[in-house]
Amino acid sequence: MSTGSASNPLVSDADEHIHEGHDHKPKGFLARWVYTTNHKDIGSLYLLFSFAMFLTGGAMAMVIRAELFQPGLQLLEPNFFNQMTTVHGLIMVFGAVMPAFVGLANWMIPVMIGAPDMALPRMNNWSFWILPFAFSLMLMTLFMEGGGPNFGWTFYAPLSTKYSPDSTALFVFAVHLMGISSIMGAINVIVTIVNLRAPGMTMMKLPLFVWTWLITAFLLIAVMPVLAGVVTMVLTDKYFGTSFFDAAGGGDPVMFQHIFWFFGHPEVYIMILPSFGIISAIVPTFSRKPLFGYASMVYATASIAGLSFLVWAHHMFTTGMPVAAELFFMYCTMLISIPTGVKVFNWVATMWRGSLTFEVPMLFAIAFIVLFTIGGFSGLMLAITPVDFQYHDTYFVVAHFHYVLVSGAIFSIMAASYYWLPKWTGYMYDEGLAKWHFWCSLISVNVLFFPMHFLGLAGMPRRIPDYALQFANVNAVVSLGGFAFGLSQLIFLVVVIKCMRGKGERAAAKPWEGAEGLEWEMPSPAPYHTHTTPPEIK
Amino acid sequence: MASSRRLVGGLCLVVFGMFGFGFALVPLYQVFCDLTGLNGKTSNIVNAQAQSSQGIDIERIVTVEFVTYISKGMQWQLTPKVEQLKVHPGQMYEMEFIATNLSAKDQVGQAVPSVSPGQGANYLNKTECFCFNQQPLAAGETATLPLRFFVDTELPQDISTLTLSYTLYELPQPQQKG
Repeated sequence: MSTGSASNPLVSDADEHIHEGHDHKPKGFLARWVYTTNHKDIGSLYLLFSFAMFLTGGAMAMVIRAELFQPGLQLLEPNFFNQMTTVHGLIMVFGAVMPAFVGLANWMIPVMIGAPDMALPRMNNWSFWILPFAFSLMLMTLFMEGGGPNFGWTFYAPLSTKYSPDSTALFVFAVHLMGISSIMGAINVIVTIVNLRAPGMTMMKLPLFVWTWLITAFLLIAVMPVLAGVVTMVLTDKYFGTSFFDAAGGGDPVMFQHIFWFFGHPEVYIMILPSFGIISAIVPTFSRKPLFGYASMVYATASIAGLSFLVWAHHMFTTGMPVAAELFFMYCTMLISIPTGVKVFNWVATMWRGSLTFEVPMLFAIAFIVLFTIGGFSGLMLAITPVDFQYHDTYFVVAHFHYVLVSGAIFSIMAASYYWLPKWTGYMYDEGLAKWHFWCSLISVNVLFFPMHFLGLAGMPRRIPDYALQFANVNAVVSLGGFAFGLSQLIFLVVVIKCMRGKGERAAAKPWEGAEGLEWEMPSPAPYHTHTTPPEIK
Repeated sequence: MASSRRLVGGLCLVVFGMFGFGFALVPLYQVFCDLTGLNGKTSNIVNAQAQSSQGIDIERIVTVEFVTYISKGMQWQLTPKVEQLKVHPGQMYEMEFIATNLSAKDQVGQAVPSVSPGQGANYLNKTECFCFNQQPLAAGETATLPLRFFVDTELPQDISTLTLSYTLYELPQPQQKG
């Protein structure tokens, strides 16, 4: 694990810099963290915030699983149960997964493309600091009279209009703020990648994490405004007497679902494309081989993004669409498995005959490939229109999207965290604890989500606080898996805190033997200002 | 920096464009449903002459069911005179609904029709329907509401039952009296 980069003039420069101790960090907590325009600080803020939200949303999942541990109503009022499922979903999507990816983008994209910072640093600060306010707005509704949002994270009308609690306006404003934050983050990413690449860093030399984020950012600016539009319609329907979704005034509640899923389906790719970039960085490193099929990865990502706009109604097969439309959306959905398959095969081909080692980032990456593929398969099953009529709104759907989001997106974020923690903090993580975290997570995530497939096939509906007796045993197993998975994440918390407080081995500039990329050519921790002069691109 | 500013400007335009697109989906959706009859949206008033140009298919019997819903919080009653009719496609039928305002204040109601299955929506033709008009009722008043309809002879063979449902809504202000 020697650095091997002492001969690089850039790094030795920066090294001296940090040893002399003038890295020009602002002094004082307020100036350092609240006013900061430094992409690394903002990246860290995003990552810590998303981790806090992950634990918050996770705590709500524990409440849900505690209620579902046994049939009958033991702990919660049904209305509070509904608030838990709703807010759990909203927090995990908008508070945990998306900000974590924006945090990784902030930290890594300028470093990877040889830029000194993000292109719009002040906007970067703003887009982060909106988020705590957005989530405070949303979480405080839980303590209000009538409760918080209880209509599911998809806030279907008329549940969110006619039958929603009085606090719905705050939910709408919170979603507006999250949307503004994501849009600003996305604009920043695009401008940075397009304009701030170091000389010689051509588009087809970009690391795949940068490529996948560029495409994700375009998806974000295309669909987050549609989400803003649809929540605005919910707001005016509920409070100002419009009837976008109210049949009394000539509106149509099914139209809500069309507009929502026009946002919603690209949104699920927003939550997985950056994962593909992360895995494409980690697998080659620990296989000690360059990524197999770089160009095909880029084209596959772009075609997934393009197709994501043509498949939204596969969430709505049971709303009574004509057969022609059902067939169209079914075939388009299945088409997505082709570029996704290209990616999976490329990762496997990268590992083929590589000299593999199994450090924790690699373990998470391999688990991602296997488990995400399982999630992809159940997605294909759901895409088949006739069988979707059986699977719709059952635990099969819950199993499917938790496989792609927890063992997919979240595992990739864990992998990325372990991979780059030495670069961020300057210290190696505790390998023993990290292995414990991995194996506990891997086993418990499968105990948690795999039996849900069977519950769904047997007909257990989602979003209910009580269920028929025949589901009792499997639900007890699922709940135990859930508690175990929740507790396992506390190990991760310990690992991260240890790294941040400098407990552990000092990390070399390039702690991974097979790693490639500009981020490994600077010391660990990365200096406060990097690439102040453009690096040389080979 | 100038190129950054241009790019940011362009991206902001995309954002505002997509925000507008979200709202543009609303009229687009209405047009699409009207054209295709999707979602059980029945087409507008049909000229009675359209019926006379079709023969009457006495071989075939289609059941038309009538269902009514009153929207939440509205104290009206709306009942069909009969719950279902056996009809021959192409023949004109008359039906009546009885609406009563049980509340203590004058209100205006509007019935919104929907046909199930949605594939049959375009084949249930109404030549006269109370749902084309707003219906004011004084407190305690009762009115008989007419409906004239015929089932199109082109109705797909696999549909033997059509359900016509009316949902009655309260209109906020009786403004268009006169």
